[in-house]
Amino acid sequence: MNTAKQTVDDALNRTSSTKLLSNITWRVVIGAILAFLYLPIVVLVLFSFNSSRSLSWPMTGVTLDWYRKLAANEQLLEALWNSLYVATCATTLTLLIGVPAAMALDRLSFPGKGIFRKLVLLPIALPGIITGISMLSMFKLFGLPLSLETVIIGHATALLAVVVTQVFARLQRLPKSYEEASLDLGAGPLHTFLFVTLPNIRSAVIGAGLLSFTLSFDEIPVTFFLTGRDNTLPMYIWSTMRRGITPEINAVGALIVLASAILIVTSVLLLRENSNSR
Amino acid sequence: MTLGTRIRTGLVLSPPLLWTIVFMFVPYTILLVYSFWRAQFPLFVPDFQLGNYRTLITDPQYLNVLLRTLKIAGLVSISAVILAYPYAYFLVFKVRRPGVRLALYMAVVAPLWVSYLLRAYTWKTILGTQGILNSFLISTGVLDEPSSVFLYNHTAMVLTLTYVFIPFMVMPIYAALEKIPPSLIEASRDLGEGAFATFRKVTLPLSLTGVIAGFTMTFCLSFGDFIAPFLVGGPDGAMVANVIASQFGAALNWPLGSALALVMLVLVLGIISVSDRFERLGHGRLE
Repeated sequence: MNTAKQTVDDALNRTSSTKLLSNITWRVVIGAILAFLYLPIVVLVLFSFNSSRSLSWPMTGVTLDWYRKLAANEQLLEALWNSLYVATCATTLTLLIGVPAAMALDRLSFPGKGIFRKLVLLPIALPGIITGISMLSMFKLFGLPLSLETVIIGHATALLAVVVTQVFARLQRLPKSYEEASLDLGAGPLHTFLFVTLPNIRSAVIGAGLLSFTLSFDEIPVTFFLTGRDNTLPMYIWSTMRRGITPEINAVGALIVLASAILIVTSVLLLRENSNSR
Repeated sequence: MTLGTRIRTGLVLSPPLLWTIVFMFVPYTILLVYSFWRAQFPLFVPDFQLGNYRTLITDPQYLNVLLRTLKIAGLVSISAVILAYPYAYFLVFKVRRPGVRLALYMAVVAPLWVSYLLRAYTWKTILGTQGILNSFLISTGVLDEPSSVFLYNHTAMVLTLTYVFIPFMVMPIYAALEKIPPSLIEASRDLGEGAFATFRKVTLPLSLTGVIAGFTMTFCLSFGDFIAPFLVGGPDGAMVANVIASQFGAALNWPLGSALALVMLVLVLGIISVSDRFERLGHGRLE
């Protein structure tokens, strides 16, 4: 009796100690991956406050000089405004085209639908450089000068796939009976779209819009080929990097990290509101 | 179809349809046409000849760049799987509280929202000869003098690209693992299989679709990248996209650049269709 109990105890001890060991291993592995993901971002932000111009360890002191330099850098501020303009217009355009495209893919049947879907979704996996050079070739062939507006068209095209996939996924979960009921009750198609369909897919549209805005704000491969004399913020940073590394870039980076964090929190809150309402 | 629904269909469909034709179909076609043209510096002459494609095949430098790009993209995808799989597995099977799970999931996805350019740039500041890693190793006494082995090589490119694209690997693997019914794993354990055998025979095969989707995405994204090679790749780090960019820039040979871009396009489409087929096979087994 005694020995049997002892054996059971031993076995329990052994499983709990292997469990402990596996728990520790898991924590180390996950901790290491998180460190890999976040140490570089910490480094980026930390060195924006470094008083010395060189980015090397240990830090020499804390300063806000690099931020002051940013605030006085007119080229950079102009690039920032350009980027906000481009991202706002590109997001609006891509939503105006992407939402109907998702509706058409979900609700309509028409000849050539398969090809249409493939073409719309292509830029998700297609390297941005191909969108960039193919549009550059077209604009040059038709004699259109490059400008921020050509960049907007390029971004809207590249981001269409993002909007379509997100909105399409939501439409598929939305029962068709809602719209049928609205139409049966005498509401017109436009009315039905505005007051039945759109409120139901609202969070997907907002989410896709936020994502498109961020991606456009950060875009390089398409912008690189389609911009004229005006620079967007990433293009300005890119051209600064060609000249070498400076803590000023870190300061821009730290501000972008901050803005991204605010956007992420917003979208998580939106998602939560959305899942509560379901 | 009544006239009314026909008009409605037309109204919904025509803006996206027109857009895709004008800004996608036409530009790709023009790219294809350009690839048959001839370059007579500094102009391009309309022509129909396969000289550009012949150059790509016969001149070894293009083949080398292509092989290098395939190698780097492959290594990036493999490293990303090695990191992403345990992470996603931990989230789905080891974390009990939904709040913690969401936080850890967001921790991987969040960097996607932070500028890609800056995430690549920060590795340049870390790995450089005067960089943070070198100065840190010297201040702790591990190194006596700065080493140049960290930056401007293939390892630095693989590291940076893995860092940048790892969220695209975690997301589909997580989605696939989450869909596995716990009853299947319990059944395997009840029937006497050990934890590892259960993983090998049940969990892994059922999550393979996610791995394939993530692998495809990561592979295609790093295959077409031209920022990491520029920042951390060094003199022999150019990838296909860098060569295309230089043909459309300083080298001013758009026809050759177009031909190379089409080769890239065909390769990417080929990879996607192969992975689609594999994914469908996987779904067939699950249902």
